[in-house]
Amino acid sequence: MTGKLDLDPVLVARARELARRAGQPVVDLARSHTTVSVERAVLRLAGVTGADPDGIPWVNRLVDAVAADVGLGHGVAVPVFDALVREGSTDVTLLAQKAAAGSVRFTQPTGRAATAARSAARKAVGAGIRRIDRRRAERDRLVKRHGDPAQRPWIYLIVATGDIYEDIPQAQAAARAGADVIAVIRSTGQSLLDYVPEGATREGFAGTYATQENFRLMRAALDESSKEVGRYVRLTNYASGLCMPEMATLAGLERLDMMLNDSMYGILFRDINPVRTFVDQRFSRQVHARAGIIINTGEDNYLTTADAVDEAHTVTVSQLLNEFFAHEAGLADWQLGLGHAFEINPEVPESFRLELAHALLARELFPDAPLKWMPPTKHMTGDVFRGNLLDGFFNLAGALTGQGILLVGMMTEAVVTPWLSDRDIALQNVRYVLGAAGGLHEDFVPAPGGFIRRRANQVLGEALDLLERIGEQTLLTAIAEGTFGIMKRPADRGKGLDGVAAHEADYCNPATDILEAAA
Amino acid sequence: MSEHSGQHASVPTGKAIVRPYGDTTGDGMVQVSFTLPVTHDKRAEGAAVQLANKMGIDPAMVVHAKPMGDGFTFFVVYGRVNHLVDLNAVQVVERDFALLSAKDVNTVIKQRLRRKLSVVGACIGTDAHTVGIDAILNVKGIAGEKGLEYYRELKVTNMGAQVSVPELVETARAEKADAVLVSQVVTQRDAHLHNTREMSAAFREAMPAGRRPLLIVGGPRFDETMTDELGVDRIFGRGTTPGEVASYLVHALITQRKAMA
Repeated sequence: MTGKLDLDPVLVARARELARRAGQPVVDLARSHTTVSVERAVLRLAGVTGADPDGIPWVNRLVDAVAADVGLGHGVAVPVFDALVREGSTDVTLLAQKAAAGSVRFTQPTGRAATAARSAARKAVGAGIRRIDRRRAERDRLVKRHGDPAQRPWIYLIVATGDIYEDIPQAQAAARAGADVIAVIRSTGQSLLDYVPEGATREGFAGTYATQENFRLMRAALDESSKEVGRYVRLTNYASGLCMPEMATLAGLERLDMMLNDSMYGILFRDINPVRTFVDQRFSRQVHARAGIIINTGEDNYLTTADAVDEAHTVTVSQLLNEFFAHEAGLADWQLGLGHAFEINPEVPESFRLELAHALLARELFPDAPLKWMPPTKHMTGDVFRGNLLDGFFNLAGALTGQGILLVGMMTEAVVTPWLSDRDIALQNVRYVLGAAGGLHEDFVPAPGGFIRRRANQVLGEALDLLERIGEQTLLTAIAEGTFGIMKRPADRGKGLDGVAAHEADYCNPATDILEAAA
Repeated sequence: MSEHSGQHASVPTGKAIVRPYGDTTGDGMVQVSFTLPVTHDKRAEGAAVQLANKMGIDPAMVVHAKPMGDGFTFFVVYGRVNHLVDLNAVQVVERDFALLSAKDVNTVIKQRLRRKLSVVGACIGTDAHTVGIDAILNVKGIAGEKGLEYYRELKVTNMGAQVSVPELVETARAEKADAVLVSQVVTQRDAHLHNTREMSAAFREAMPAGRRPLLIVGGPRFDETMTDELGVDRIFGRGTTPGEVASYLVHALITQRKAMA
């Protein structure tokens, strides 16, 4: 069985081996460093909640206090629980408040005190992880009760008003109209905040802040919708930016179902420090693995900056790297919503056949991953009629190549944030195509030696060349030299570097210990 | 290259009055679509006709009406509009520079400046809102348009938030900035105006007129006509896109400068 594209299994295996070789040094780096956000995520698992009157979360205050006294390199769990044992208390949030007021001093204990602190920390963090486990079991029950969507791809729709109480009725209306997955777009710039805002929020810039309370409100609303529509409606948010590990943790605690979580997006598009990103990335993926969350990677973004034909192979390379990092962190294939997009200029001759070749290549390379298929954005203009046609072809390509998650394209992309009617027309477009040609992937086998097979093999070849070149240096060097996209991102630059610390010999992170023991 | 020359299309005097064109000159036909927050029934269609009539469409034909969710109906209406357009009375707010594509911006810089154009950006004062400066500078950009980092021929230094004016001047000097972009979101007690004046004064003091970078401020609450009062070269308000800023940079630093030389 050589599949629909006659890909050479030796080349495919070679590509995976090269991705492993490029990724392994980054994993080693991630295993030997921690970040403020990883430590804050550990404290969230241990039960620290809430924020000070200025809206700065207590986890931030506590991590800052510990770092000021003993540094970050031991991990905060042991100094925090050592202080708690000394105070004779079990309330970590109260300790955070005292620490913020300067009335607690932290030390890195040794001997018996260290053992006691470790054991207390492990107990508290373990309780948080068990909460994530219960959430996962709850999802399994609800999926069994309400059922999965009847069709593949799942229909993924975005809401983004800035006001969670406005998002909720829109999301519920979208579910009634056929959406299987609801994504709440985040407020512009949240990825660069080094803290997670608290509480329900009613104001945002072109999106709604991701907060634990907003997660909880939306998940509860979609549980109602699931009951009403008779299928489990999934909820998506973003584990990206400076608070990636905390976002993953909050998503696990509030039973979100999918998270956007790309290995390089923050580095390339947000100028976040590469080391910070890879350390945060690994922890967040371990949490997602445990929580049964499907990650969505961000390869579509390459194609919005670079040419979708010339740079098609960078998507394949990134997918292979994302796959390696995901497997290493314990994610199973069914959790890998590897991304790609319909972004070829429609004026290019045979553009649709090129799209099919690229989409099918991803399908054949990752047969068990629920690929995420992203709609045209770059070549959408104010011509909404043409936009609707382009979205129809995008939907058709999704059906023909067996994509797993289809982000519904809007004909008003680049014009307005979608209106009620835009969403309705877009869903009608999807329903027509899936209704008329939903099973066409069964019949769609490109001709041997034909255009599509040749193109797919060419892209795979270019991906291998690029991976060979990366293998000669390292992934960090490749990123520093601008191999992905056109941005040069050196490892010693970018936002969030001051929140990174190398592990001391006695570094302790009970969350990682528990997550890795299970894997 | 899309040159918006600002010239009105020359109109023969006899044809200054026009009407929309369906398939016959003067038929006045238009097509509109809209949603009304009412459940779909006969009355809803009547409501759509009433709205169309009030818009000047008479007669109006509701050719499509479709219920959407609870209590909403989508309509497509065709009909004859009774308004006339007087081309001589058209008034256009002119942009005083041409809007260029990213490719054109890069080409002009490469061919005429023959080096990368250096841009330094920051949020100054206590303002921690990097939303504005990031929307303009980050590759991610805003509303589907890539930020200045995406332009090959621009060298962008984004200093982030809470940058002091002396730091900004120092960085502008070190990076040999051709332009300095400052974003101000917080307007409490006119902080954005004070900060901007402090910044422009510092640059005037630190560098002679000919060597001073182009000073640009942006933010949702600025009045775009206050450039002289604030001592800056340009003010950008709400909704400005990276492409507009890039086009302005090319205009102010290359095209216009060469034209004046």
